[in-house]
Amino acid sequence: MNTVVLLTLTGLGLAALYFLVASGLSLVFGLADVLNFAHGLFLGVGAYATWWASGNLPGAGPDGFGFVLAVVFGVLAGSFVAVLVELVLIRPLYSRTIEQVLVTVGLSLAGVALLQATWGADPRPFPRPDWSRDVTSVLGAQVPNAGLLLIVAAVVVLGALLAFLRWTRYGLIIRAGVENREMVTALGIDVRKAFTLVFAIGGAAAALAGALGGVYFGTVSPGQGGSLLIFAFIVVVIGGMGSVVGSAYAAVAVGLLQQFVNYYGTSGLGDLCVVGLLAVVLLLRPQGLAGKVAHA
Amino acid sequence: MTNSVVDAPPAQVPDELTPGRSRWHGLRPYLPLVALVVAAVLPYSTLNLPGIFEGPLNSPGTLQLLAICLVFGGLAAGYDLLFGRTGMLSFGHALYFAAGVYGTDILVTEAGLPLWQAAVLTVVGGTTLAALLGAVALRTVGIAFAMVTLAFAQVGAILVARDFGGLTGGEEGLPLDVSGLPPALVGVTNTVNLYWLALAYLAIVVLVVHRVSASPTGRVLAGLRDDERRIGVLGLDPYRFKLVAFTLAGGLASAGGVVYVLIVGGASPHITSSELTLSLLVMVVLGGPGTRWGPVLGGVLYMYLDHRLTAFGSSEAVNSLPAFLSRPLSQPLFVLGTVFILAVYFFPGGLASLRSRLTPVLTALRRPR
Amino acid sequence: MNASSEPVLSVEDLSVRIAGLHILQGVSFEVAPTGVTVLLGRNGVGKTTTLRAIVGLTPRGGEVRGSVRMGARSLLARPTHRLVRDGLGYVPEDRCVFAALTVAENLRLAERRGVTPAYDKVFALFPELERRGRQRAGSLSGGQQQMLAIGRVLLNDNRLLLVDEPTKGLAPKVVTEVAEVLERVAESVPVLLVEQNLAVVRRLATDAVVLSAGQVAWTGDARELLLETALTKSLLGVGSGSGEVHA
Repeated sequence: MNTVVLLTLTGLGLAALYFLVASGLSLVFGLADVLNFAHGLFLGVGAYATWWASGNLPGAGPDGFGFVLAVVFGVLAGSFVAVLVELVLIRPLYSRTIEQVLVTVGLSLAGVALLQATWGADPRPFPRPDWSRDVTSVLGAQVPNAGLLLIVAAVVVLGALLAFLRWTRYGLIIRAGVENREMVTALGIDVRKAFTLVFAIGGAAAALAGALGGVYFGTVSPGQGGSLLIFAFIVVVIGGMGSVVGSAYAAVAVGLLQQFVNYYGTSGLGDLCVVGLLAVVLLLRPQGLAGKVAHA
Repeated sequence: MTNSVVDAPPAQVPDELTPGRSRWHGLRPYLPLVALVVAAVLPYSTLNLPGIFEGPLNSPGTLQLLAICLVFGGLAAGYDLLFGRTGMLSFGHALYFAAGVYGTDILVTEAGLPLWQAAVLTVVGGTTLAALLGAVALRTVGIAFAMVTLAFAQVGAILVARDFGGLTGGEEGLPLDVSGLPPALVGVTNTVNLYWLALAYLAIVVLVVHRVSASPTGRVLAGLRDDERRIGVLGLDPYRFKLVAFTLAGGLASAGGVVYVLIVGGASPHITSSELTLSLLVMVVLGGPGTRWGPVLGGVLYMYLDHRLTAFGSSEAVNSLPAFLSRPLSQPLFVLGTVFILAVYFFPGGLASLRSRLTPVLTALRRPR
Repeated sequence: MNASSEPVLSVEDLSVRIAGLHILQGVSFEVAPTGVTVLLGRNGVGKTTTLRAIVGLTPRGGEVRGSVRMGARSLLARPTHRLVRDGLGYVPEDRCVFAALTVAENLRLAERRGVTPAYDKVFALFPELERRGRQRAGSLSGGQQQMLAIGRVLLNDNRLLLVDEPTKGLAPKVVTEVAEVLERVAESVPVLLVEQNLAVVRRLATDAVVLSAGQVAWTGDARELLLETALTKSLLGVGSGSGEVHA
């Protein structure tokens, strides 16, 4: 029983990480048709900016309010880089899907190399509050606090995203644009402003994943975003591109499957099951669990 | 959708505008042959090119680097069969290359098969793998296809990294057991033979890709790239043609893996990474998708730069720059990634389009004299 | 054509090439400032392509040449959302309502900053839309979706409406309803209509433009065209007596 609770909660922690990365990817893809390989870079920027801030930013630090400030700084940095990428690199190639993918591919290679050039290839210890190293007893299982922090953060982000999509004018434009972007412009709306916005939101969520992932893993390294990104892609496809709720369901499914199979089966088998799940979903429901049809 | 990446080659500049080239014209069809002969006799040269290579041309280090470049030239040309000639954006091509590398390595090292048997089995296996996975992945199109191929390749990466059954050596990689190999392919002094092997591989890939794209099948593939609906209207099944291209490209990649494992003497898990596929994409786009020599050139140049930029990065010239410049410049991927992004914006035709772009400029410059 | 007044829209030598195919080859016509100008022609002749080119929705890779003017203003090369804000209302083929959004949300999307949306006018025309505000647009019937597609465009003032096959795939009774609505709409704003149903055309059209093989084959008074059975037959491939054409 304890093991099951522990595996469930750590699985959900992993799911939280996937969700934070995947929700932005999904919105960006759903609205703007951009398959963003540079999304892992936003995560890296968030992690390193948080790490930098806690050492250098006045008032920020590894604990208490200083930690919050450092994370906020990291999130803002990730969001800022994402907006910059959209405005400078993606926008000039508006609706030229393949070129946009190519540019994000180049950016992911160059960006990670830049992080590596600046801070070295080796993992660096991440400044984190003392309480995040402790465990909390949940139904008899000793669960790491950092995992619980991730889960709470993901739930808050999910709630905020859904409220934003449901109750605001831009949320309405984004929901409509995911369904039929062309028709949104045909109603007199400049949909490109919404593109910038989803990049900002996606960059912020990914940066948060970077910062809290740093807390969870205890280290930060330039390549961290890349390995998470592939599973985030899988979550996006399973969940249905453009659907935040779908991403949440898929993230939970993938996180739990991975954690349980890796524990009860061979290590690594869970990762394979995830790809198997992807294949099954694609063959049965090409449009994913929810959301629009994944088209070219 | 891919039209703009894969621009049709610009029309030839009329002969009368390029004085002095008419003599060349009769020779042009033989140029590839000349290049092949030059490349083949290159190891007999003791020429020293300081700055470009570390040792003379016939030193084992230089020959090994050149051989790796040639293999990647071939790989890029094979990948272009998918991307540049058919318009399929696969993010999983590394899988078939890795299948070639690990397949050969495991069959030779773990199963103790003779090299030729291992090679044949590996290429057949890699081709079959491509056919099976292609059959599933091609049920999707466009970006979804890219994601599915990415996920399949990830399975390969996981299998290799987690070392199921102790076959792959996991993170450590698997050194090739050379005791059972033909002596001519073993040892530093025989690097030249591996160089020739790589050259032969490149020549075969270029020939196959060229023959395929000139055939009726190749014209259908080009039609698929430009507008899939039109092929459907003609009553042809796009799926079958795409599967043929996918399988063929997969087979060529696994053959490349066989050659590569001999050159570097073992397998390491980084060749299974999605980064390798991304580099293939970079090579093709830099060189010029859909052109005969562009991808080859892109592949050779990319691998050369990838190896040599490391040396360049630690050179005096770079180190004397301020840190904010010297550090990024010492990262080959930073330089290549940046060049790639610039290429997407400013040179959509890649290197192959450079000449036709420069010709009018040169002609204009020459005319006043 | 009502020769006395300036046309609201003039299309000159419009050519569209998509994926190497010349879909339109030098199309020229004018839309009168009142009434309904109907764009006719067999399937695949380029009627929808014409409307989409006017409103700036030619797919990427497509090439548009020629000129399209609304008053003194040239429309080509301006982004779609600006054209629409300048008063070019577009009701696309197949309705294109946002299926996952509610009816009210579909309408709210068309609201513009600084402009009071004309909900009174729209709800007077389509009382159904007010009653079904909380229903998802995807669960509406085809006719109701068409009402929504027209209604959301009418929330703002328009100088010209482009309406693409509004009766396609609808039941005969609903076709009549849609025609009635369009008739009332056309009292206050000029309409460029693509329509296959000759009964609807006969009821609404004041002027007609007939396309054939990417070019204008006939233009003039709509009643004149419909009276000439032989002409209609040769241009549209149908007898005007048959009433309804199934697309």
